[in-house]
Amino acid sequence: MNVLLIAELQDGEIRPGSLSALTFARQVALETDGSVQWLLLGENLEEATTDAARYAPVLFCDAAIFATTAADSWATAIAEVVSAGKFDLVVAASGTFAKDIVTRSAGLLGGAMASDVLGHAFVDGRLQLQRGMYAGSILATVALLGSPQIVTVQPSAYAAAEPSETSATVTNVQPDTSRLPQNIRLEHLASKRGGRPDVTEAAVVVSGGRAIKSSEDFESLVGGLADTLNAAAGSSRVLVDAGIAPNELQVGQTGKIVAPEVYLALGISGAVQHMAGMKNSKVIVAINNDPDAPIFEVADYGMVGDVYEVVPQLIERLG
Amino acid sequence: MKILVPTKRVPDTDQRITLREDTHQIDDAQLPYIVNPFDAIAIEEAIRIQEAGPQEVEIVAVGIGTPEYEKELRTALAMGADRALIIRCDAVLDPWNVAGILKRVVERETPDLVLMGKQAVDDDANQVGQFLAALLEWPQATFASNIECTENGLRVEREIDAGIETVQIPLPAVVTADLRLNEPRYASLPSILKARKKPIQEITIEELDYSIEPRVELINLEAPSQTRSCQWIDSVDHLVDALQEVLP
Repeated sequence: MNVLLIAELQDGEIRPGSLSALTFARQVALETDGSVQWLLLGENLEEATTDAARYAPVLFCDAAIFATTAADSWATAIAEVVSAGKFDLVVAASGTFAKDIVTRSAGLLGGAMASDVLGHAFVDGRLQLQRGMYAGSILATVALLGSPQIVTVQPSAYAAAEPSETSATVTNVQPDTSRLPQNIRLEHLASKRGGRPDVTEAAVVVSGGRAIKSSEDFESLVGGLADTLNAAAGSSRVLVDAGIAPNELQVGQTGKIVAPEVYLALGISGAVQHMAGMKNSKVIVAINNDPDAPIFEVADYGMVGDVYEVVPQLIERLG
Repeated sequence: MKILVPTKRVPDTDQRITLREDTHQIDDAQLPYIVNPFDAIAIEEAIRIQEAGPQEVEIVAVGIGTPEYEKELRTALAMGADRALIIRCDAVLDPWNVAGILKRVVERETPDLVLMGKQAVDDDANQVGQFLAALLEWPQATFASNIECTENGLRVEREIDAGIETVQIPLPAVVTADLRLNEPRYASLPSILKARKKPIQEITIEELDYSIEPRVELINLEAPSQTRSCQWIDSVDHLVDALQEVLP
């Protein structure tokens, strides 16, 4: 299959999730005697295209219209590149960027799409994809009918790709940007996350739940331990609903799916919807004052205790 | 203004989902069903837009499925939708075909706004809203956590990986609701009684002149096994030891 990998950029750099999606793309290309190319959209892309070319050949479109993301113009441009290049498979890392934009592209390309893919296999030469359903309580194996196929990959399911030995080609593609729909106008982006690693990209995640009573406590306990361990801060839904933690930290079925080396759950009881977002972590450590909390069913290490007593001691001892 | 709210009937999220031993399909014999929670948020938001006025707003709830679906559509009507459509279809549909059917419904109903949940909590696909917007060539605002009606359309706050993004879109448009858009109301007894008299129109796929073309073939379902066992730790000292062992 000839694969087009849609790069997700942040501050002009390729996000690590896209390198995990590249691993999936490379495996599919290898199995099918196909190829992988990047597609980068944005403005002032020189550094990003040079970096991307270390991994695979690059198609890019550098234009003012792509200075910020908008689902209508981006999705149409991506669909045009896919159709013009006769790609068989479009791949992107799962996240709100791809969910918004690449899914819309799929709607323009016939709708053969699987989201949040966790694994794949070739059976009788046919690509089969695994994905979670019902908050991860069921694992489904599906095949897509029609072409092109569109797949978003759960970055935690594939290791980040390594660069190739030689740099690949970089090719400018110029979709007719004057014809692209432009009805979504970005007014403002507010981010409350300060300085810490992204929760989907960190090797260690410290996550807080219902036991945390205020944003000050969240910052001192969850944030404090995260900083001590150079980890990302995460949250269960209840703290985001209560305004205690910012939305971009939410881990779970409808938030972010993470699988770090170590996941520390502080005062999280373990609703099915939360566990859908973290149960594939390599090691799970849970602290909760209720010994019957469901979080202990997925934990490797469990401690019954009050996070307000335990966490300050951990910060002191591990600092 | 007319708001169309597509809804999906899903198993109650408090239920444990298991597979039947014989068929490996979802064991739905005892499962209670609800309106997909994200769609309930969309209904609630439509009602709030209607209540805020001053413009007249009509709210039309849509369901696709078997006649059993009427119960969940009555819930939508009891919350405050004005009328409902049930698109009769016995087949299990993938997101592409749901979007295709909804496109036909939009062409019939000509709403100004399609407001729906960002994902259904059964297949967790998060695709239909975006597919529908693409098919209609309408602007979209996915993962909405706040919606404000403006002179030129809508100002929508979106929950994205980087934080909260605010966008302005003209109507007609597709907006998908995220968790924190609102908290849906419970229907009162009088409104439940009143909802019994509200119309639910049945439409067949043939009447919509839609033919189903599957895009996703379901090959297998399995329940992932849980193999971890919890090692209990009784002191901060031991916890520190354990963490130093496992931390990268």
